[in-house]
Amino acid sequence: MSDQHHEETHVVEYGQYIYIWLGLLAFTGITVTVSGINLGNWTIVIALLIASIKSYYVLNYFMHLSYEDKIFKAFVLTAFLTFFIFLSFTFWDYSFMR
Amino acid sequence: MSSLDHAAVHHVHRDDYGSRMGMWLFLFTELILFGGLFIVYAVYRFTHQQEFHLAAQELNTTIGLINTIALLTSSMTAAMSITAMQKGSIRFAKGLIWMTIGFAFVFMINKYFEWGAKIHHGIFPGSKDLLAKPEGEILYFGLYYVMTGLHTLHVIIGVIFFMFILRQIKQQKIRPDAYVRLENSALYWHLVDLIWIFLFPLFYLIH
Repeated sequence: MSDQHHEETHVVEYGQYIYIWLGLLAFTGITVTVSGINLGNWTIVIALLIASIKSYYVLNYFMHLSYEDKIFKAFVLTAFLTFFIFLSFTFWDYSFMR
Repeated sequence: MSSLDHAAVHHVHRDDYGSRMGMWLFLFTELILFGGLFIVYAVYRFTHQQEFHLAAQELNTTIGLINTIALLTSSMTAAMSITAMQKGSIRFAKGLIWMTIGFAFVFMINKYFEWGAKIHHGIFPGSKDLLAKPEGEILYFGLYYVMTGLHTLHVIIGVIFFMFILRQIKQQKIRPDAYVRLENSALYWHLVDLIWIFLFPLFYLIH
């Protein structure tokens, strides 16, 4: 991909969207099935892992992030990193309060 | 770049790249808005695990699943409408946007019945029945109403965006050579989908 702003537009074919959609439905099926099995603390880990995989596909393909310039990806990464810092510091704090 | 695009660059100031970037920056503020609520959820779930499990069993997984499928499918039709517009199939693009709006209504009607049933059973913020429950369940349902409510508000806003898009397509303000507003509305819609991807397992699937 060129770094110029007026790069050629990327046309994603309908078929590719259908593949992504089928994949997302499959992951939804997996997450519902897994939730029915008692895995203790792993239940939430697996649920969040599957949700993250689904998000990756939505971000990259539905939201066209994989066809955008690097700067867009850097933005998204920074945003998620910021959120992760909020989340982890909150729990860090909590683990010392208890 | 086609000659038509070239003409547009010379006659009107237009920066699709900057426009999309602006939309992404706006979406990050949404991440912080919902992110704050997700952190509150995480902490209370951590401190009231058993009660969250009990409360979650009162939600209908099937309704949640139907809504998940509705939103995932609407996300696909929204993304496809951009492809249709790029290819110059304006009628198909409009059809896909109408489908997106249709799935949004499936979601909202489902939500209406879901909330309706909960309220009918006396579970709503501040109700006697809810306040009689343990603290963790009160927190769970408080978060449930605030987070799914705020999310549904975004669904409604997304529908309004797409209505504007349909109007602008009719007015030929959105055309196969100028469709960044459609792209940005679709980005907003995908964010609504992304948030639901996390809300669904966190509220409906903790058994």
